[in-house]
Amino acid sequence: MSTATKKEHKSNRPARGGVATFIEAIRQGIWEEMERDPTVFVIGEDVGAYGGAFKVTDGLLDEFGEGRVIDTPISEAAIVGAACGAALMGMRPVAEFQFIDFISPGFDMLTNYAAKCRYRWGAGLPTVFRGPCGAGVHSGPFHSVNAEAFFLNTAGLKIVEPSTAYDAKGLIKAAIRDPDPVLYFEHKKLYRLPRLREELPEDDYIVEIGKARTARAGRDLSIITFGAQVLNALDAAAELEREGLDVEVIDLRTLAPMDKEAILASVKKTNKVLILHEAARTGGIGGEIAATIAEEAFEWLDAPVVRVASIDTPVPYSPPLEEYHLPQIKDVLEAARKLAAY
Amino acid sequence: MKTETKRKGASKQGAAKGRKDAGANGANGVTSSPSTAADGELICTTETTLGAEQLLELYRYLLLTRLVEERLVNLYRQTKVVGGVFRSLGQEATAVGTCYALESRDFIAPLIRDLGAVLVKGIRPREIFAQYMAKAWGPSEGRDLNIHFGNMEKGFIGPISHLGDMIPVMTGIALGARMQQKEIVALAYIGDGGMSTGAFHEGLNFAAVQRLPVIIIAEHNWYAYSTPTRLQTAVENLADKAAGYGIPGHIVDGNDIIACYEVTKRAADYARSGGGAVLIEAKTYRRKGHAEHDDQRYISAEELEMWEKRDPVDRFTRHLLTQEIATQAQLDAIVADVQREIDEDVAWAEESPMPDAEKVAYGVFDNSIVPPAFRPKIFGDK
Repeated sequence: MSTATKKEHKSNRPARGGVATFIEAIRQGIWEEMERDPTVFVIGEDVGAYGGAFKVTDGLLDEFGEGRVIDTPISEAAIVGAACGAALMGMRPVAEFQFIDFISPGFDMLTNYAAKCRYRWGAGLPTVFRGPCGAGVHSGPFHSVNAEAFFLNTAGLKIVEPSTAYDAKGLIKAAIRDPDPVLYFEHKKLYRLPRLREELPEDDYIVEIGKARTARAGRDLSIITFGAQVLNALDAAAELEREGLDVEVIDLRTLAPMDKEAILASVKKTNKVLILHEAARTGGIGGEIAATIAEEAFEWLDAPVVRVASIDTPVPYSPPLEEYHLPQIKDVLEAARKLAAY
Repeated sequence: MKTETKRKGASKQGAAKGRKDAGANGANGVTSSPSTAADGELICTTETTLGAEQLLELYRYLLLTRLVEERLVNLYRQTKVVGGVFRSLGQEATAVGTCYALESRDFIAPLIRDLGAVLVKGIRPREIFAQYMAKAWGPSEGRDLNIHFGNMEKGFIGPISHLGDMIPVMTGIALGARMQQKEIVALAYIGDGGMSTGAFHEGLNFAAVQRLPVIIIAEHNWYAYSTPTRLQTAVENLADKAAGYGIPGHIVDGNDIIACYEVTKRAADYARSGGGAVLIEAKTYRRKGHAEHDDQRYISAEELEMWEKRDPVDRFTRHLLTQEIATQAQLDAIVADVQREIDEDVAWAEESPMPDAEKVAYGVFDNSIVPPAFRPKIFGDK
């Protein structure tokens, strides 16, 4: 006797605005851009009938057809290369990596082809390369990476990573409209987090690439962070507020090109800086931020710049190991208290 | 059609390994058997749709390719070329003949040794000279070397040094064109070495799956830098690899410029009419080292001498004369015209200034959005 049942699946067009989760916000953004601009298309593994591993592209195939929603072989170099070629022809590809860990097989095409095309011969490539990043969901060493530092040292790639549903939608739309390659990283832990559900505007809007936002204003200490760690920073700030510390949280949103002005303005306001990121500490983006502050705001500092990040190991699978690997709120609290007392 | 592609006494590798007849090895098409003139010397295939005027145009491009490269070597020895010079001596017919089969709306991605294809696509020698000399008037304005640039209007997508990477890009060109209902063909060159890369496989596999009009010209010139083909691949013929992608593979004598044209013309018709990707192996030979600095210590004098006798320019010249398509005077006039163009274009390139140093900071991104990447002042802008 067969016990199998098959659900009839049909995804509806997402609402325009309204209350949305982080993932729904990304889906809305891609959908609206595909409606707005016939050159926008989606390419990646299992993005069609299956709607993507996390369902970011759910329903696009039914709506836009297989000419614009292209399932590929397991070939990240082909995905990136084909996106670049199509962009040269005037298309605007939105390429998905099933997990951002799998950006590594596309690394050569991204850093050598996509990043250098405009510089070498003036051929800007309006391309978006997106996918789920980040740890904390017990996915082990190959489904958890934060890849921004791999690309930070390559001129020609923009990198964005939102932490709110509003920014997720505004940044994906900005990335699709951008004339240059944009890496769009989505922390998978945020996708369906109830806390991030928010009312989005019905109107078309974008969030400008290259601009940080003040997630929480404060006077005593700045936490400079992005992505899922913004939530840890805000939680730590709430706790510290009870201790009488007024903490500012800067959400970078764009990692390259970085909003130096916003960072320096916050440093000049609070004079104490804690940099928080989820990627491993050594060679992480925190070093770049710290160096910028040391060079350009040294006289404004009342304490050493402190970094809180993952430890220098691959991301482990087992929950107690992963918890130790990742920066925790208690690590942020401890560092912030020491900074405040300095 | 007869399937023999390697003539008796072919290259040492080929002869020593006692290779089987190409057609018996699974590649499903060979363009032509070598034709010979009355004196037994090799000429090109006589089975062609090309008229005399086109054949003479082909001759001009072939000569232009060889003579531009010879001039580049002169400029290199005068230290006017900043980087290396990568010759296609002995294999020029492949690039010129295959590219000549395309239409102006089609796209190519050449390799470093496919200058001939770039010239057929309408890029002028002056651009090549300025580019090699790192001049401001070069198409990349000094940012990149040799034929590492592009021209979308002319259907030329310049390569990068990473072999294989252009196969996925050309797959994307064909994919984008299909979305725009443009019936173009995307032709990418690759070599016996470049076919060993992952990007080659990924790109061609994707093109094959999508039935995209992508033509791969596999230039089998026997060496990737110093590494012989037997250390690159275990297949008998590079065209045999087509079977792994479910696409047709053809073998052509890469030193027969007319055969190169004919096989590519048929492949382009097939690809354009919805047949999908095609792989063509052109068997030829690289008579110079990887670049001018390479002393070719890994090659025997006999091997070189043997391939000199198969020179594609000599062969096509003989063809045109013995088949009475052109007179020696006509050919001489073409050579003189090519020399004139080269002289003019070298003069133009020499006249170009070197780029302004600060231009280096521009163009990483669209500078109307992201400012140029100037070196920051120490201690900020105070």
